[in-house]
Amino acid sequence: MISIQSLTHNYHNGPTLKFPDWEILNEEQWLLLGASGSGKSTLLNIISGLLKPENGKVKLNETDIYSLSQKEMDRFRGQNIGIVFQKPHLIKSLNLFDNVALASSLAGVKINQSRVMDLLSSLGLADKTKNYPEELSQGQLQRVSIARALVNSPALLIADEPTSSLDDENADNVLKILTQQAAENHASLVIATHDKRVKDKLNKEYLL
Amino acid sequence: MNILRLSTKNLLRNKLTTFLNIILVAFGVAILSILFLASTQIGNKLEQNAKDIDLVVGAKGSPLQLILSSIYHIDFPTGNIPLKDATELMENPMVKRAVPLALGDNFQGHRIVGTDSGFVSLYGLKLAAGKFWSRDLEATIGSGVAAEAHLKVGDKFFGAHGLSDASDEHKHHAYTVTGILQAQGNVTDNLILTNIGSVYKMHEPDHEEHEAQEEVEINNKEITSILIQYRSPMSVVIFPRMVNQSTNMQAASPAMESARLFSLIGVGIETLKWFAVLIMAISALSVFISLYNAMKEKKYDLAVMRSLGASKSKLFFLVMLEGLLITVSGAILGLFIGHLALHIIGHYQESSQARLTGLYFVTDELYLIVAGLIIGVVASILPAIQTYRVDIARTLSKEK
Repeated sequence: MISIQSLTHNYHNGPTLKFPDWEILNEEQWLLLGASGSGKSTLLNIISGLLKPENGKVKLNETDIYSLSQKEMDRFRGQNIGIVFQKPHLIKSLNLFDNVALASSLAGVKINQSRVMDLLSSLGLADKTKNYPEELSQGQLQRVSIARALVNSPALLIADEPTSSLDDENADNVLKILTQQAAENHASLVIATHDKRVKDKLNKEYLL
Repeated sequence: MNILRLSTKNLLRNKLTTFLNIILVAFGVAILSILFLASTQIGNKLEQNAKDIDLVVGAKGSPLQLILSSIYHIDFPTGNIPLKDATELMENPMVKRAVPLALGDNFQGHRIVGTDSGFVSLYGLKLAAGKFWSRDLEATIGSGVAAEAHLKVGDKFFGAHGLSDASDEHKHHAYTVTGILQAQGNVTDNLILTNIGSVYKMHEPDHEEHEAQEEVEINNKEITSILIQYRSPMSVVIFPRMVNQSTNMQAASPAMESARLFSLIGVGIETLKWFAVLIMAISALSVFISLYNAMKEKKYDLAVMRSLGASKSKLFFLVMLEGLLITVSGAILGLFIGHLALHIIGHYQESSQARLTGLYFVTDELYLIVAGLIIGVVASILPAIQTYRVDIARTLSKEK
């Protein structure tokens, strides 16, 4: 279960952003909606432990994540939160298998080879594991980044504008994959978007 | 998937840059290691050959030339000295041991040295086969000579006039090999030892075609030089002065002349050393620039890795490791190249007296690896510190 309480943040010289309290139960799937500039990315960064808020608490399964030290927080994030960015951000010098496996080793989790393979094949990439990111299409890379976000079986899967650079067909695909994989891996899902195509696909919405 | 593997993969992705950097480091290290190895080996050889010789007395001229010709058997002798004067000096009470040398002939480039049994005890020579020379025209040859000229005990050969390979052979007298010396690792390996009488005999005027100049040489009974060991260290000051002032000969100290020789070569060695240091500095700069430039591209990678759970210190070491991998492998490659190059040089070296070998190691080489480590640290510390400054949230949001 994830909860945020009385969160506020303000950037240097910017207006103060206030975030309504929010509770996400296990395996719930949410859309985080808002116009650009409304603070979606800021909230996502705060929830995923990348940006310390001015005030308020973020709790993930009873852990107040901003009470952790920097190093503990890095590890906690690696093990409990999977993030899918708008761009795939894969490491160019590693092949797909290693890119996914890297997420385990960086989070201090033992690499589970069959888990990596299972994830990649469930995303239709079984025959590409030895390929390098340069050799793949944008859509395929996005799927690899989803596999990477899920490899440590996180409690929470966060996707930040996962569809904005994709065409209709691919956007639809990615959404399907995200909801399906989150459910299969028993993770809660938060998709931040301002993409109208996504709007009605999930039943829970958090508006900024 | 540990950090080492990740940094190796990163380096392999930019093969050319990595290659250039490794080569730069290797080049600097190779030059330094060649300098270390060669100067140590030459120094050792010089020292070994002059080990128990306190003084060399010969004809007036360049003292360095006298030392080079009489101890290292490289240069030409300064001239001859009268046997009468030499004998007087050899009987001086300050002299513990004196070994006369008569040079002038060679066999296939190996010098024929007319001397007495004092030479054997001075250098501590031992036989590998046969016996020492005892009569005229008997010769005991060094192990190097035996190997190169394919001579064995009982073989005969003709000496040639001069100190380098010459066609002007003394056809009327043949030397007989009576013994072969054990390898000593010094200049004696490449010498042919005989008695002084043989050298005289070669130049005796019993043949008409002999030149007048040679006749004079023989009639007055001359030798080339004397190697002298003092009875007490006190003589170091008095004896050379006495020789230089009261006789028509000159005395030269191997220790002093070797030091002078080294200071002459030293300028060159010093220049090369700075050249190598410069190359190493350039390599450090090059590694730094490559890593620093790569940081721009890598900023996203690093931010992603942070978001995946890597700590700042882990990424710091990741970048450090990339620099260190380059410089340390460069240093090791450089040592290898240095040894290989020296071995090749030694193989093609003409003067067998100071042959260099690549199969020789000095402790200074360890410092070169340490230097590689230091260069790696210096070059990668700034880029590595940058990993601490990467703002993940901002970096990852920026590319939207």
